[in-house]
This record gives sequence, structure tokens and C-alpha cells, in this order.
Amino acid sequence: MSTETATETLDVKGQNCPMPVIKTKGAFDGLEVGDVLEVVSTDSGSMSDIKGWAESTAGAEMVDQKEATEDGTAVYKHYVRKAE
Amino acid sequence: MSADTPPSADGEFSPDDVADLHARVEALETEVSDLRGEVDEGNADKMVIIATKGTLDMAYPPLILASTAAAFGYDVTVFHTFWGLEILHEENSKDLGLSAVGNPNMPVPNAIAALPGMDRMTARMMRNRIEDNDVASVEELIETSLASGVDLQACQMTIDLLGYDEDDFYDGVTTGVGAASAFQDMADADIQLLV
Repeated sequence: MSTETATETLDVKGQNCPMPVIKTKGAFDGLEVGDVLEVVSTDSGSMSDIKGWAESTAGAEMVDQKEATEDGTAVYKHYVRKAE
Repeated sequence: MSADTPPSADGEFSPDDVADLHARVEALETEVSDLRGEVDEGNADKMVIIATKGTLDMAYPPLILASTAAAFGYDVTVFHTFWGLEILHEENSKDLGLSAVGNPNMPVPNAIAALPGMDRMTARMMRNRIEDNDVASVEELIETSLASGVDLQACQMTIDLLGYDEDDFYDGVTTGVGAASAFQDMADADIQLLV
């Protein structure tokens, strides 16, 4: 699945642990089956945290994780699909 | 086996026997599915934290873990007792103290850290650092925890001991609970922590 198919984007830039995971969970609960949530974070810990959350959450499938630089700031992008 | 065959010595079953067996299988199936239902209901993962400290640094671990566990689908209870109550006290939670005295990790000698006004300064420095690092405030974490279904409990005995009123706490905080309910929750929980 391509990451371009994200149906919703959650911007948690400028928020630190534990907020990215908590807000990801909140946005994920509102998805329909098949939807892909894009989470954009500036917290480097979110790479491990959101991956771990998706692994332990029924119906959450980590499609992709990317690291990019936007305006000189490291940005971490996560794509989580609601599988069931 | 035909319907009018009587029970015979070679191990064949009469229609009545078969009907009995069917009834018994049905009863057992119902029982198994009831038991499965009960197991599923009581199977939610559960975490209990006992929060006993009320300094700015010690307010964070229970709130961060509680809200995170809720995001992982856990039923979470945080039982606040003694100075842990300060975290739930709406007014005091915004001004939690911190002292560099006796804390060798802080870059201030004890003799200076003990001077009047130094605790307030230490707390203010820590609060600024928290803000600069995009870490949520205690108030935000409490609101987030409550919104995620975390049961934040204030120990009734300590409320009385410290002379607080139920209205002093954030809306949504559970009061009127004691050690017995905390213990019961801990006995049922998968994770129990004392902070």
C-alpha cells in the first residue's frame, strides 16, 4: 500500500511524549476500516512509540514510517491503517 | 440405525439416547459460550498506579504512564494518596514545588539550595525547561488522562488529613475511596506500580 493513500492527517508537531501516541489512538478510533492515518510528529521517540502502539493494538497496522526534514526540522511520519 | 430399533447389546443407541445426547451437547455448548463471554468481559488489561509524591518531577511518571496505558486499551486507575493528592488539586497542581536540596543531580550546592526562595526558583526553572521541551503541563496530562477514561482517585483519608475539600479537585476525579478499593483494584490488575 502506498503512503499517498492516507485518508486523514494528524499533526502533533511540537508535542512530546506521551502526546503523539495518545492523540494517534484518539484519531485512530475515529477511522473507518481501510482508512490510513498519517501522523506527523517532531518527537524522535514517536518512531518507536507509535510502532509499539500499533503492534499492541488490535486492528492497527503500521504501513510505513518515514523521517524527513521540513524547514530545517526533523519530522517523523507514520502511516497506520485500520485493518479491522 | 432406524427409528424403531430398540437398544441392543452391540452398542447401538435408541432415539431417546440420541435425543438425550443432543440435549446434553446443547447444554454444554451454552455453558462454554457463557464462560467464554465471562472471560472476555473480565479480560480487559488493567493497570493500577499508587501515586504518593507531589513534587513537579514526580507528578509526571504516573500521569504519562496512565494516559499511555489508556491509549493501549488498558483500564487504568491511579490512586493518589498523601502528597500525590497535590497532583489532583486543581489549584496546587499548577504550582507544584521542587527542591534542589538533597538532589545531587541538580547543579546547585545544598548550602545555596537551602536559602529562602530557592525552591520556588528551582521549580520555576524546571517548569520553563518543561515548556521549552514541548512536554505537556501537569494540567494537560490530567485532562488528557480523564478524557481517555483513566480513573484518577483521591484517597479520602488523605483528603481529610490535609484538610482538603472534594471541590478542590479537578472535575472527574473520584473521591470517597480508600485503601480497600485500591487493594481490590490492584488484586485484579496486570500491572501495579507504586510511585
